[in-house]
Amino acid sequence: MLTFYTKAILAVGLGLVGLSTSVQANDESDFQLNDNCPPGFEWMAGNRCELRSLYQQYPSIQSQGVGGLKTGLPAYRDGFSPQVIDLGRYLFFDPVLSVNGQQSCATCHDPSKGFADGRSLAVGALGVVGKRSAPSLWNVAFQERFFWDGRAASLEEQMTGPLYAPEEMANNPVNLLNTLNAIPAYQRLFSQAFGQQDAISLDQIYHALAAFQTTLVSLNSRYDQYAHGYSQALTAPEIEGLNVFRSFVARCAECHTPPLFTNQQIAVIGTPELDGMPRDIGAEGPTGDPTLRGGFKVPSLRNIKLTAPYMHSGKFESLWDASEFYTLGRGHALGKDEQIYLHWHIWEPQLTDSEIDRLVDFMGTLTDTWFTPAIPTQLPSGLRHIGADDFDQQQKQQ
Amino acid sequence: MKRLMRWFLLPLIFIGLGIGLTQGYLYVFPPKPAMVVQSASANLARNVGGAGSLAVPTLAQGTIFEVKDGESIQQAVLEAQPGDTVMVFPGTYRETVYIDKNDIVLLGVVQEGNWPTLDGKKELNDAILYSGSDITIDSFKITNYKGNGIMGQAGNNFVIRNNLVIDTGVYGIFPQFGTNGLIEHNILTGIEDAAIYVGMSDNIDVRHNEVFGNVAGIEIENTRHALVENNYVYNNTGGILAFITPGLPIKTTFDVIIRDNFVVNNNHVSFAAEGSIVANVPQGTGILILAADDVIIENNIISGNDSVGIGVTDLSLITDISKDPGSEPNPDRVVILDNIMENNGGNPHGILKDLISVAFQDKGPDIMDTGKGTGKCIADQNRYRTLFVLGADYGLCDRTKYATDGIFTMNLPEMAPTEIAQDVSAADFEHELGKRTYYGVCTGCHTYSVRMIGPSVKSIQALYFDDPAGIASFIEHPVKKRDDFPEMPPQNYLTEQTRMAVAKYMLDVRR
Repeated sequence: MLTFYTKAILAVGLGLVGLSTSVQANDESDFQLNDNCPPGFEWMAGNRCELRSLYQQYPSIQSQGVGGLKTGLPAYRDGFSPQVIDLGRYLFFDPVLSVNGQQSCATCHDPSKGFADGRSLAVGALGVVGKRSAPSLWNVAFQERFFWDGRAASLEEQMTGPLYAPEEMANNPVNLLNTLNAIPAYQRLFSQAFGQQDAISLDQIYHALAAFQTTLVSLNSRYDQYAHGYSQALTAPEIEGLNVFRSFVARCAECHTPPLFTNQQIAVIGTPELDGMPRDIGAEGPTGDPTLRGGFKVPSLRNIKLTAPYMHSGKFESLWDASEFYTLGRGHALGKDEQIYLHWHIWEPQLTDSEIDRLVDFMGTLTDTWFTPAIPTQLPSGLRHIGADDFDQQQKQQ
Repeated sequence: MKRLMRWFLLPLIFIGLGIGLTQGYLYVFPPKPAMVVQSASANLARNVGGAGSLAVPTLAQGTIFEVKDGESIQQAVLEAQPGDTVMVFPGTYRETVYIDKNDIVLLGVVQEGNWPTLDGKKELNDAILYSGSDITIDSFKITNYKGNGIMGQAGNNFVIRNNLVIDTGVYGIFPQFGTNGLIEHNILTGIEDAAIYVGMSDNIDVRHNEVFGNVAGIEIENTRHALVENNYVYNNTGGILAFITPGLPIKTTFDVIIRDNFVVNNNHVSFAAEGSIVANVPQGTGILILAADDVIIENNIISGNDSVGIGVTDLSLITDISKDPGSEPNPDRVVILDNIMENNGGNPHGILKDLISVAFQDKGPDIMDTGKGTGKCIADQNRYRTLFVLGADYGLCDRTKYATDGIFTMNLPEMAPTEIAQDVSAADFEHELGKRTYYGVCTGCHTYSVRMIGPSVKSIQALYFDDPAGIASFIEHPVKKRDDFPEMPPQNYLTEQTRMAVAKYMLDVRR
């Protein structure tokens, strides 16, 4: 069986030299889209995959999905078909989506790195260093805005950023369509997912990628076991950390609010930029509002242990350093006379080192990667998965 | 006769002496009646006609855990089960008590003026944190904490009463994300932000409290359906605030009644932390309505507040925070009915002083408005000294339209649900629980027909087809059964009910 796969893929792969240039007339591949919903989802009539979670037992105030331990989820995206989700998985891992086949979505959102890339600043397919850190994609189904500065209102809108930005995947819509339409396996898979058709459309690409990303659900950490009522799920130091986390001295939970550990607001907290970098204006950019200068979307802390370095600039190498930031003084990392409207929760809590240790212990309990999707062993383009580390090595060789 | 003396009279004399001594002692030191645990309903029945669902909290149905000086309150809370009461006797307790379960009563016993005292010695963050629903915290003295006296995170149906909260840091009593709550008969002082801070909550009563010497006395923030009634609010920087704070996930404040309070001499020098929202509240503010809607202010005594009796303003008062397009900034439909207002504005401070001097006055008004918002009214405008800037426009209130006489509480008539209302039979509820657990947990390793990390559900069904209890007990304590599969991790964190529900559901899965 394996040898058959290998042969088939080799055949397709060899036929695809130069990516968008050659068209393989015959699709001899063996790709099949999954007819079952991914983990965490129930298949429903209408071929819809619907999310199921123990958190659906609980209410939340004004149905906003913010509160404490037994608090329900905010609004979320689900209801995609299993085939569209699986198609999205192939697209997500396929470097053919970048201009030169050097990186896929999964290069900067690598499952082995909490769907981030382990770097301070993202690096694009052409080797250009970006301006911000690649955020984790865990639990994006629950988010209402995207990018650090919150400028996109949907995943579909969001992905047109990295797909086409010169410092990211550097592609363009025409080339992307030509590329995918020239790959018979994709033609067939898109028809399977969306019904028989002549050509792949951009909306279908966006739709499938969005569908896949909404299945990256992480709600089975040890913290969650504790929240659902199993008090032994956390150790004594971790519970101590939880109490520091939610106390009004550290105030972490005021913005990193359970159950998603974000309240989804924009907050100006004044973290430092990398050495030599100017102040990132953040949400002032898309809103034009100077009171939001340096404001960023509050990131979820789920799987946070896996996604160092931290903050929009990737300035902090460890959770300890990122936590310590909050106790080093209100505005300590700002330039002299810098006009910035710091959030009122940024104050001087005077946390002790051992309290920061406990906070780090607690944040470690938010790790759950149980529903990590499988990386496709072969891709319709014939390319192979390029993870964050693979990409680093390629860059070094060049 | 000697024998009579020895066997009859002597004992009588001794008995007589004994009785005399005892009576004498009892006369000098009269006995106390046996301790009676106060019952919630007895305490509440007096207050108002309809006290809502919280009139009958589930008190002391279960076990009573007694905690004595030198013991740990937390230990008792950990051992208590929903329905139990933790009864704490006088003594000094130096701990942070967290309650992460539902339906617990934390009841202090006050004996001859001695209180069970939680003392953080300015080293501990919070005295009491709760995240469970149906929590009662009654009769504690709480002092010297750095964060909060009592903080709730998302618990519904809370009762916080009869507590003394003295210098507990940022807030005294701070329920957040809760629905249905009662805060009454507490005394709070020395708090550097709001003594009673109701944040992002619904259906809350705050009544019969004494708050003094704080930066803000009572603050209703991003909260709907609140009744602030019969409180004695004096010598704070600002007395009673109804606010919208921008940048929070819950965006509105509306339907607030502020009635029958004493709001007197709130002239304390502000000691708010730099950058905090309340640092914007001018010293000498009686009542401040900031961006909140549908607020009725009625029958209060508002006197001796040096800057202003009632201030009504929009979010532009707060100049040092980011804007939030999701927060509607204007105070709409503020209704000022009849209040006794006297001697306000004698020595205005801060931004109010500037506004007053711009209007060529040197004395602050009873009522001030900065001009934003619509639909506002005052019942009898001629009674008050008013200062309306930037075209503030007040109509005449229709007293009958806004009469609050029939409103005794903002609490819900029923307990707020702690689970999404399940209008279904017990069997359907079990099915739903099983389904959520199956998909939310089990499908990480099992699919219906294909081997994944664990065996297929089909093969499990073949093994256990009429034995859900077998599955339930296996997932609690798995043993390695099949050589070609990894051993399953125990799912003992799921409750017994959940394990059984998911076992049954698993046997019914057909896809």
